[in-house]
Amino acid sequence: MALLQIAEPGESTAPHQHRLAVGIDLGTTNSLVATVRNSVPVVLNDEQGRALLPSVVRYGADGGVVVGHAAQSAQAQDPRNTIASVKRFMGRSLSDVAHVESMPYVFEDAPGMVRLRTAQGAKSPVEVSADILRALRSRAEDSLGGPLTGAVITVPAYFDDAQRQATKDAARLAGLEVLRLLNEPTAAAIAYGLDNASEGLYAVYDLGGGTFDISILKLSRGVFEVLATSGDAALGGDDFDHRVYCWLIEASRIGPPGLEDMRLVHMEARRAKEVLSAQDSVHVGVKLSTGDEIDLTLTRADFAAMTQKLVDKTLAPTRKALRDAGLSPQDVKGVVMVGGATRMPHVQRAVGEFFGQVPLTNLDPDKVVAIGAAIQANVLAGNRSAGEDWLLLDVIPLSLGLETMGGLVEKVIPRNSTIPTARAQEFTTFKDGQTAMAIHVLQGERERVSDCRSLARFELRGIPPMAAGAARIRVSFQVDADGLLSVSAREMTTGVEARIEVKPSYGLADDEVARMLKDGFEHAQEDMKARALAEQRVEAQRLHDATVAALLADGDLLDTSERAVVDASLAALATAVKGEDVAALKQAINDAGRATDEFAARRMNRSIQRALAGRSVESL
Amino acid sequence: MSDTSQVLPEADLFSRDHFALFGLPRRFVIDERALEGRYHELQSAAHPDRHAHRPEQERRLSMQWATRINEGYRLLRSPLTRARYLLELEGVDVGAENNTAMPADFLMQQMAWREALDDARNAGDPEALDALSATLRAARSGAESQLVRELDEEHNLSAAAATVRRMMFIARLGEDIAAAHEKLEN
Repeated sequence: MALLQIAEPGESTAPHQHRLAVGIDLGTTNSLVATVRNSVPVVLNDEQGRALLPSVVRYGADGGVVVGHAAQSAQAQDPRNTIASVKRFMGRSLSDVAHVESMPYVFEDAPGMVRLRTAQGAKSPVEVSADILRALRSRAEDSLGGPLTGAVITVPAYFDDAQRQATKDAARLAGLEVLRLLNEPTAAAIAYGLDNASEGLYAVYDLGGGTFDISILKLSRGVFEVLATSGDAALGGDDFDHRVYCWLIEASRIGPPGLEDMRLVHMEARRAKEVLSAQDSVHVGVKLSTGDEIDLTLTRADFAAMTQKLVDKTLAPTRKALRDAGLSPQDVKGVVMVGGATRMPHVQRAVGEFFGQVPLTNLDPDKVVAIGAAIQANVLAGNRSAGEDWLLLDVIPLSLGLETMGGLVEKVIPRNSTIPTARAQEFTTFKDGQTAMAIHVLQGERERVSDCRSLARFELRGIPPMAAGAARIRVSFQVDADGLLSVSAREMTTGVEARIEVKPSYGLADDEVARMLKDGFEHAQEDMKARALAEQRVEAQRLHDATVAALLADGDLLDTSERAVVDASLAALATAVKGEDVAALKQAINDAGRATDEFAARRMNRSIQRALAGRSVESL
Repeated sequence: MSDTSQVLPEADLFSRDHFALFGLPRRFVIDERALEGRYHELQSAAHPDRHAHRPEQERRLSMQWATRINEGYRLLRSPLTRARYLLELEGVDVGAENNTAMPADFLMQQMAWREALDDARNAGDPEALDALSATLRAARSGAESQLVRELDEEHNLSAAAATVRRMMFIARLGEDIAAAHEKLEN
């Protein structure tokens, strides 16, 4: 494999290679994968030429796992083992999930995240999502003819930390290297903005199958700056289906249906909703297994009336996002509609009335997110070419904070802060001789702990005994470019450093992911070892090539003895990459990383300085 | 490269103050377009998206830099945080937590605004909230002109600190108005 050839220090590195990268829209109802081929973003179809993969997974009693259309058609016949709309359960406990009573699944309440019992045992939403991602991955690899370097996975902008972490875990489980978690409305803005060379203030109204997002963006000279975002992580097209479903059952005066019938009526409800986007009325005629019959006609006007509350529910977050951005509806130059649910005419009408303009619908609302993700993936993988030097500045949707006295939340990072971001807060002990402190991390806007989402709890131990109020405990929050939080705490006064990195309580523990990975492979041990070795080799290659190129460009930042240390570490790295020993390779990467840390820091400093001086800097 | 090669230390930009990082003079009056332009230029070089395919070490540095630049932009962009920061650079602690001494006339004003907010909230009157917002905007811009004088012209730091404290009160009231709006809508 050409990727693993190591150039000796001083030699020029391999010529530019096109790295295979994809954008994945992991949707509630449907999922898509797209890539940039010959500078053109394209959605990758399956063998039958279909772009949309229904986000449905069936775990058959025979041990088979079926994803997509085939699973969807089995929904009515095997509802319990056929999981649809799993995105609604990501990072959620049972008590968070709405309409549990009308779902055909057997739920198990597990710590952190709900599980679904199937013929193949209890499945975490992360595992189900991983199966969807695996199907998209193999579609992409078949179509592109090689293994993927990485993927950008989109998430609703309003997803909290738990939901984001769950999505990233699912990708990891599916063997995908996540280049970035990208907010869906932002992805749509990329596809849209680059297509139209737009400037000014835009709103992206994204009503998907199960989630609603509104983002306000400022587009200027290649910069996409999100000013504010808001939404509802449990509101989407599914809820419109559910209203129709309830109406069908009530108006037909039939009792609560069994599992199979429930699925059947749900599918009819969805069909009726979709037909009404094109026609003024739709007839629903279904014969249930009980002999009961549904024979009804639904008009567009009645459908609009029965779902108006849901449409109105999207306008409150829209107002909030505008207020957070300090704008009024008339400041917005264009409104981009994203998500299949925006095809409903009364949704378009409501949005049009709110903003006082006709919303933009000229890009396919089902595909625009995947297209934007593909464009971003192409850039992040390093396939950047001239004219593709735009910049995305995104925000976190919900405030992050800590529990303080009396069950109240103190905000540490407010919502709509541009990421990456970091903030620290200092606390003190309230008892003499106190040696430990409980730290509870929360996300949400409300004042009370019980009204916010609990992200993690941990204890800082080993505080030296001091008088009450003398200790200074600094709790630091860091949110990375994926919108994921890590928290650390340390006592500042004594020089004794007690420090802990939080493993989020809702995410999957590493050994749990390891177990799932193992389950997924026939020759688990060998495959995992091979995979670990391949991953380390890629990282070693990356570090080696980057350092060689850096020495050519900025070798003057090192004196002779510093240079000798860097050269030696490169030689060691080149030797280690040829071996089969993962631990030795890891060690060599660590050593080389340490040997080149100062050099890398100086180079970054220089490149920032050049940017400030207004000189154009080619990619480092 | 010879044995006597010397590396000239480049200015360590990371640990300089925010004004230096953005290449702007240390003043309260700021060229907002220049600030935004510099912000975009700096993030174009530092942002993690520009380093996603690079070694782990470089990605870490990139995140630290981008975090630092975002923080600087946040503080410099808003007049209130910029003024606080300028005072902090001068060694003046605005003392928001403990120094609540305010002139009597401003205290009266505060109480009147608070009452207006309570009335609008109780009456569920969004227009009254908007009217109060407009009043606050005027008060804020008055305070900003005062800061221009106190910080950039007269260098009267204790007067500026008092003005900043007034602006902090106005900002908090603004947040309460937004919260009241939100409650009315839900």
